[in-house]
Amino acid sequence: MNTLILAEHDAGELRPATLNVVAAAGQIGGGEVHLLLAGQDVAAAAEAAAAVDGVNRVLVADAAPYANAMAADLSALVVSLAEGYGHILFAENATGKNVMPRVAALLDVSGISGISQVISSDTFVRPIYAGNALATVKSEDAVKVITVRPTSFDPVEATGGSAAIEAVEAAAIDERARFLGQELSDSDRPELTSADIVVSGGRGMQNGDNFSMLDEIAGKLNAAVGASRAAVDAGFVPNEYQVGQTGKVVAPNLYLAVGISGAIQHLAGMKDSKVIVAINKDEEAPIFQVADYGLVADLFEALPELSAALDG
Amino acid sequence: MRCDAGVKLVCRQAQASGASVESTAQSLNRGVVVKIIVGVKRVLDYNVKARVKADKSGIELANVKMSMNPFDEIAVEEALRIKEAGRAEEVVVVSIGPAQSQETIRTGLAMGADRGILIQTDEQLQPLAIAKLFKHVIDKESPGLVILGKQAIDGDNNQTGQMLSALTGMTQATFASKVEFEEGDQALKVTREVDAGLESVRVQLPCIVTTDLRLNEPRYAKLPNIMKAKKKPLEVIELADTGVDTASKLSVVEVNEPAKRQAGVMVDSVAQLIEKLRNEAKVI
Repeated sequence: MNTLILAEHDAGELRPATLNVVAAAGQIGGGEVHLLLAGQDVAAAAEAAAAVDGVNRVLVADAAPYANAMAADLSALVVSLAEGYGHILFAENATGKNVMPRVAALLDVSGISGISQVISSDTFVRPIYAGNALATVKSEDAVKVITVRPTSFDPVEATGGSAAIEAVEAAAIDERARFLGQELSDSDRPELTSADIVVSGGRGMQNGDNFSMLDEIAGKLNAAVGASRAAVDAGFVPNEYQVGQTGKVVAPNLYLAVGISGAIQHLAGMKDSKVIVAINKDEEAPIFQVADYGLVADLFEALPELSAALDG
Repeated sequence: MRCDAGVKLVCRQAQASGASVESTAQSLNRGVVVKIIVGVKRVLDYNVKARVKADKSGIELANVKMSMNPFDEIAVEEALRIKEAGRAEEVVVVSIGPAQSQETIRTGLAMGADRGILIQTDEQLQPLAIAKLFKHVIDKESPGLVILGKQAIDGDNNQTGQMLSALTGMTQATFASKVEFEEGDQALKVTREVDAGLESVRVQLPCIVTTDLRLNEPRYAKLPNIMKAKKKPLEVIELADTGVDTASKLSVVEVNEPAKRQAGVMVDSVAQLIEKLRNEAKVI
């Protein structure tokens, strides 16, 4: 049976996460892969979607209300198209998480959140307890409704495909829920959960002003800045910086932990990072047990040195 | 009598009790949020490391500290603040789980909620079943607002609120970092945490809100309130008595520990660190 994927797009471009989800669909196999593109004036994004390697068909729902990706509207649209599909996939991000469970409930099937591995067409691995354990789950539902953790699947090529593009009708719009606006973080800096490099500070930073040292290094590495819960609780930085079990779960190529002791709940949020660097003056700090590279040093000496070295 | 979607529940109550249109209008003046339902889940404390059972059937939960799911604490706090601002009359804490979940409900009552409902079961239920059971409670209680944590930190599913919205037809505002009342308390303006920052939506009540971390800082229950909470009403309903079909076609085959990280190396200087990152790890 075929697989339907809710594609995500921004200003005419496909979001990269869609390529990771197509990769997961390829591993599920079984039939054609169809991308659903909902929005307004999405012709350019549809062309991009049609070029994605492994995509057989692009379904385009072009209607103004879809521009803001409201959950009720998108879930009604997906459900209107669901018949005949064996799998319906979403990226595990703000939109996918918002929409997937609605689709599952409306189809009266279990939702499967954040898969990190495909074992077979009905069996998947997903992290639980913020990645401290991996559950293998099996679904006997007629249609498997799933979010895919993008960082767990290497993206397919954005080119090489030549899928047919076909218009589909808009579904019911729920006027009771309306989009008002967005207040996006500094666009020069990558977003914490999708950044290639994350520079995080803990209680060892001593105060919020000292986070400017991390900002400076992050700027040079095109990195996002994060923090431990201890730093957030101490009021150094706002909650949105928090990496950990109760904050954001990140898996960048490089995670630089500065003045972070490595509490369980912080490790849960970053231990899937490819390379972990820890700088801490306490050589007994648990963070060193998960670090690929550890440096026992006073961060107030190490950070300026690091910043200067990155200029060289 | 005309019933707008946003005031449907109030209208339904008014019709059921044979109340006149005038009294419905009066209740509208006070806002539609007469009652708030908050969901709470008993989970492994966030400071305890999850250990996989030797038989791979799940996580070891015997003799470990259990607490209220942190996102649910935020949900309780938000409901209490709304009540304290005079916008709701009653906060009802609902849990679905084993008998010990009564303690979790009591925690919510000690924070200040008015009464509790436990749907008691030892079964590990999937979010779809949980959402159906919440719908069962909502059909009886007719709340104007339901606040749930965005996810429980055990299963990390992040599904129940969205499913509940889809099943009940109540509007949905997930990952809330700010909740404000609008339109004579018939709608909410909710600021939501999304990947690239914040977005705001306006949703008509009744609504399902799920909480994100920045929404508030939950209060600690004070000792006198912990004592008082023991006397607050807590209704226990057996799962079977709800008549809700909780069968699931999703099963857990096994639970494993993730691969351990390879031991790392200690470097002596910033210069050596940079050298390793550039030439060995090749990440900068």
